[in-house]
Amino acid sequence: MSPTPAVAITGDQPLVDWAWIERNAPMVGELFVEHVQLTAYPVTLGLVLAFPLSLAAVRWQWLYPPLIGFAGLLFTVPSIALFVLMVGVTGLGMTTAVVPLAIYTLLVLVRNTVEGFNGIDRDVREAAEAMGYRRARQILTVELPLALPVIIAGLRITTVTTVGLATVATLVGSGGLGDLFTDAVMRRFPTPALVGLVLAVLLAVALDLALLAVQWLLTPWRRRAS
Amino acid sequence: MPDLPLEVWEWIADPDRWAGSRGIPSRVLEHLWYSLSSLAAAIAIALPVGLWVGHTGRGGTLAINLANTGRAVPSFGIIVLFAILIGFGFTGTFIALVAFAIPPILTNTYTGVREVNSEVRESAEGMGMRGFQVLWRVEVPYALPLIFAGIRTSAVQVIATATLANLVGIGGLGSYVFGGLARLNFAEMLVGAVLVALLSLAMEGVLALVQRAVVPGGLQEQEAATQPAQQIPSPVA
Repeated sequence: MSPTPAVAITGDQPLVDWAWIERNAPMVGELFVEHVQLTAYPVTLGLVLAFPLSLAAVRWQWLYPPLIGFAGLLFTVPSIALFVLMVGVTGLGMTTAVVPLAIYTLLVLVRNTVEGFNGIDRDVREAAEAMGYRRARQILTVELPLALPVIIAGLRITTVTTVGLATVATLVGSGGLGDLFTDAVMRRFPTPALVGLVLAVLLAVALDLALLAVQWLLTPWRRRAS
Repeated sequence: MPDLPLEVWEWIADPDRWAGSRGIPSRVLEHLWYSLSSLAAAIAIALPVGLWVGHTGRGGTLAINLANTGRAVPSFGIIVLFAILIGFGFTGTFIALVAFAIPPILTNTYTGVREVNSEVRESAEGMGMRGFQVLWRVEVPYALPLIFAGIRTSAVQVIATATLANLVGIGGLGSYVFGGLARLNFAEMLVGAVLVALLSLAMEGVLALVQRAVVPGGLQEQEAATQPAQQIPSPVA
């Protein structure tokens, strides 16, 4: 057990090289756009998978524990392992990253969606039934809006997490802000790493606020109540 | 890749894989050493602070907010930045691993202590327990399931992130993943990835057993029931 001896960077390169940033702004912009895709695709895919699974788990409650158990098990598998396994299926590229990232969204999305529906007041359900709502219409027009805040809370957590995880996807050739980290390592040059970190955090915060705004727009009755 | 199972088998069956400092046993031990040392350091810092903050109720919002903000910071980027600034090798990585292992343990310890029913706390005081006794004999046992959940989250995170840290000059199982990637040896990458996943699951299992042994029987069920939003683990690396 002998870790490589530490090699400190003692050169006189500045922490932030503004000239590098200026020169590389267009490239950084492209990586940023890629990173938005690397976040949006998996979260969307995760939502598309999680929603019907959650509805099934609300309808048949016995489905819920095994579903959550399985999603939790997948959650403990390190992403680099899942990415590498996917390389065998789809080769290098963005698809390879999207599927594992989507898998990681399932635990939180399913849990929050099911909790959201389960948390609805029984009286509301019964009232809707008494008014003659069909099952599908009741779910979409009565229950979904009420469950929305909890679902969106899950979506926010997932999105923020995915922004960070997606940086690892650079290792399987998916592009995105993670490219800046590998670039920084190879040249032992801190500026790209700092730029990548700042942009990733900004993207996470921006998406989080955007989802909060969506919730605010979609649930007008909560505004009046509070 | 039709020959992949064969390639994997040949890679594993090679006796060189089982001996020497590049063999699987040494790499697994290295990986365990990185993970356990950083986890121990994180526990040594986060546990007392979390207990104190939870017991006194001071600074709790700050701690939770700091930890939640940390979720947005990619650990990969921090590992890289620390390596460049502090030095390639274990020192920079160790600091980064500890920094990322602290938040889950800290927030869970804080939340666990805070969530102790005020009636329980008052009756402990009514029985004549003093501040420290209340903490040690009532609040800590009650908080244990959540504390363990935090430690488990951090353990899994640390194992995953230590794999990535191979890129900044440490050994461990990342050597197979990234060595394989560099040599385009998919069998080696695959074995490395599977070993990381197995180590992660094994660590979860062992910690679950420790938890079973340590947490008082009457409190075991609480684990599933109390899962506040803050303690949702975030997979990293």
